[in-house]
Amino acid sequence: MLSLADVHTYYGKSHILHGVSLEVGPGEVVGLLGRNGVGKSTTLKSVMGLARPARGRVSFDGRDITGLAPHQLARLGLAWVPEDRRIFRLLSVLENLRTGLDRAGMDDARREGLLDKVYRAFPVLRERRHQAGGTLSGGEQQMLAIARAMMLEPRIVLLDEPTEGLMPRMVSQIRDIIGLLNREGVAILLVEQNVPLTLEVSRRVYIMEKGVVRHQALAADLRADQAVIHQYLGV
Amino acid sequence: MAIPLDQILIQTVNGLVNGMILALVASGLTLIFGIMDVVNFAHGDLVMLGGFVGATTMAATGNFWLAMLVAALTIALIGAVLQITTLRPLLGRDPLTTILATFGMSLVLQKYALWQWGPSARQLQEPITGRFDLFYLQYPWYRVATAILAGAIIGGLWLFLKRGTYGIWIRATTQDRIMASAMGIPVPWVHTAVFAIGAAMAAASGVLFGPLGGVTQTMGADFTLRAFIVVVVGGMGNLGGSILASIFISLLEAYASLFVSPAQAVIVSFVALILTLLFRPTGLFVPTPK
Amino acid sequence: MTAGSVPAGALVTDGGGAGSILRTEGLTVRFGGLTALNSVSVTVRRGEIRAIIGPNGAGKSTFFNCLTGVIRPTSGRILLDGDDITGLSPDRISRKALARSYQITNILPGATVLENVRIAAQSRRHAWALLRHHRAYADVLARSRAVLASVGLADKEDELAANLSHGEQRNLEIGIALATEPKLLCLDEPTAGMSVTETHATVELVRRIAADLTILIVEHDMEVVMGLARTITVLHYGEVLAEGTPAEIQANPRVQEVYLKT
Repeated sequence: MLSLADVHTYYGKSHILHGVSLEVGPGEVVGLLGRNGVGKSTTLKSVMGLARPARGRVSFDGRDITGLAPHQLARLGLAWVPEDRRIFRLLSVLENLRTGLDRAGMDDARREGLLDKVYRAFPVLRERRHQAGGTLSGGEQQMLAIARAMMLEPRIVLLDEPTEGLMPRMVSQIRDIIGLLNREGVAILLVEQNVPLTLEVSRRVYIMEKGVVRHQALAADLRADQAVIHQYLGV
Repeated sequence: MAIPLDQILIQTVNGLVNGMILALVASGLTLIFGIMDVVNFAHGDLVMLGGFVGATTMAATGNFWLAMLVAALTIALIGAVLQITTLRPLLGRDPLTTILATFGMSLVLQKYALWQWGPSARQLQEPITGRFDLFYLQYPWYRVATAILAGAIIGGLWLFLKRGTYGIWIRATTQDRIMASAMGIPVPWVHTAVFAIGAAMAAASGVLFGPLGGVTQTMGADFTLRAFIVVVVGGMGNLGGSILASIFISLLEAYASLFVSPAQAVIVSFVALILTLLFRPTGLFVPTPK
Repeated sequence: MTAGSVPAGALVTDGGGAGSILRTEGLTVRFGGLTALNSVSVTVRRGEIRAIIGPNGAGKSTFFNCLTGVIRPTSGRILLDGDDITGLSPDRISRKALARSYQITNILPGATVLENVRIAAQSRRHAWALLRHHRAYADVLARSRAVLASVGLADKEDELAANLSHGEQRNLEIGIALATEPKLLCLDEPTAGMSVTETHATVELVRRIAADLTILIVEHDMEVVMGLARTITVLHYGEVLAEGTPAEIQANPRVQEVYLKT
């Protein structure tokens, strides 16, 4: 469904992605692992139109989407949850959700239904729905960022390090949300540094190093092969 | 030298009236800056154009309110076209490029007005005649109506921004245009819409100001200058701040006019600007950043 | 040299610190409620190549920024060759012979390669010699050319810096830092954004220049770290988690835990 073919991305002159190729199938949870600075976030940004690939191709449903603007991609069914969450701090929780909820083709019934579903998954957001986004705790902001993406009813979610800086209890909640999305047939490209979580929720995993994908495997196989994990992620 | 109380109160009313018109101009300017980091040097010229279109419409129809509506819509459209052709391609570039672009727009608009309407000034008739007794003066009702109407328009803008989908789009884009785009908000069009809204408000001010000071090709510069002072003093991008600052600056000038001529009174606005930049550069009416 | 983990905050000694070019004592940085560095005490011996590693948010950049005067520590001391440089401004620290390269290249794009280095070299010698112009020129030029040779840019001295490839620009930056004749060279992610080939070239370069210098390097690339460093300091949540040779660090289960979040 989503595929990157030999994507090269630069920040100015800095050559961050040196030919990244990977795929995510419909409804699949795919992990993207690697140390800091290898280009995982840049890979997601290259898909989402936030960093324009200098070479290579990004395709979605067979259609070339390389270099399309983010708002066009959101309408095609791609949702992005950035590493730093990027909550609209001065908008309330509900208004944050509405940035994705208020779309063409959403009548009141559908909107109520979607909002309800998300509130059931994240009860704390219903409680705080009129509170300004900036007043939420880190974990709550992460919930809101994911909930906001769900408002787009996406076909794939680009999740960038959702568990970073979260307490173990919240990491558990993230695991549950990923499970929920997966059950609904939403594909996920999960960038993470938390290896156990990634191996648990993903079907397949790519490991990046220095701007390229160095290894790919089924999560099940990697769980058994700790040596590979140590090589690319350990010290 | 004691100033009689009634003179002070009259100047207070004058200050409030002028402040509301200035607020109408400045809020458009601060909105535009807040959302797309554009310093619009042509903003005062949009006021001027609005005045001319209003004057022409009024001459043709005799209806002041229709003239204001037509002026607002026409200038909104012109603003949108200007933004799409000149500013959209410059998004994300060095602020100097947009300053130069809007400065160029200003020159073009002024020359266009000269060509279209000739060198003479236009006058607009007050839609509401009649005066009332304000202490020793016969104070025109129109001035009060202007302040109320300007307030109503700004209030309408406030409501529009606070509620409704498009208000959310505008506020989200102002805070984080990248994330807004990633949420499916068509950011380039939101920018165009905000520019058009700012232009419409400027045009409305031009028409409102018409009966008070006439419409001339060069009146824009004065408005642009005052609006900038207000936007800096009120906090760039801060809508509430620019309204408070407009009133503050206008009151300052009104009181200063008790002592010196109005032309010299503008000096106090500059003093306010300089003091703000020296001591509270983020704006006088902005809470101290934590 | 200590083996295995070091309790957070402990002073790391290596026999009196006589051979130490850099020592931090209880370095702490707090930003409002956030403690970025918590009582970090590190000793770097003369001639070492020391790598600072740690997962995201460990405080590596903050540590570097303290050393180079970009931020002022909340408490603690920094001693460069015995001199207290805590809280000094960056230019004064540079004069005290601590040089730094940056993650975002900080070269002068409009000047030639030689000029970039010469300006740095000049700041070291004869900075105030306005009247001694002729004699100053010769030795500064010679020094600049020597530096260019050591960073592999000798044949590009007249090239505009903006026209260099990314890898060459990063090397130029190291050259600029070298030209200030530092006692301690701090390299901030020198191989970021480089291809594998460029990375290897940079590692070679660092090995070459390390002969007469002490080098402190922050890096994510483990191959580079393990290949270059004599000693590694691991930071985690602003504290020193472990210190030791590459072999010791790799064998340290606590470090593996922190990196793999098991």
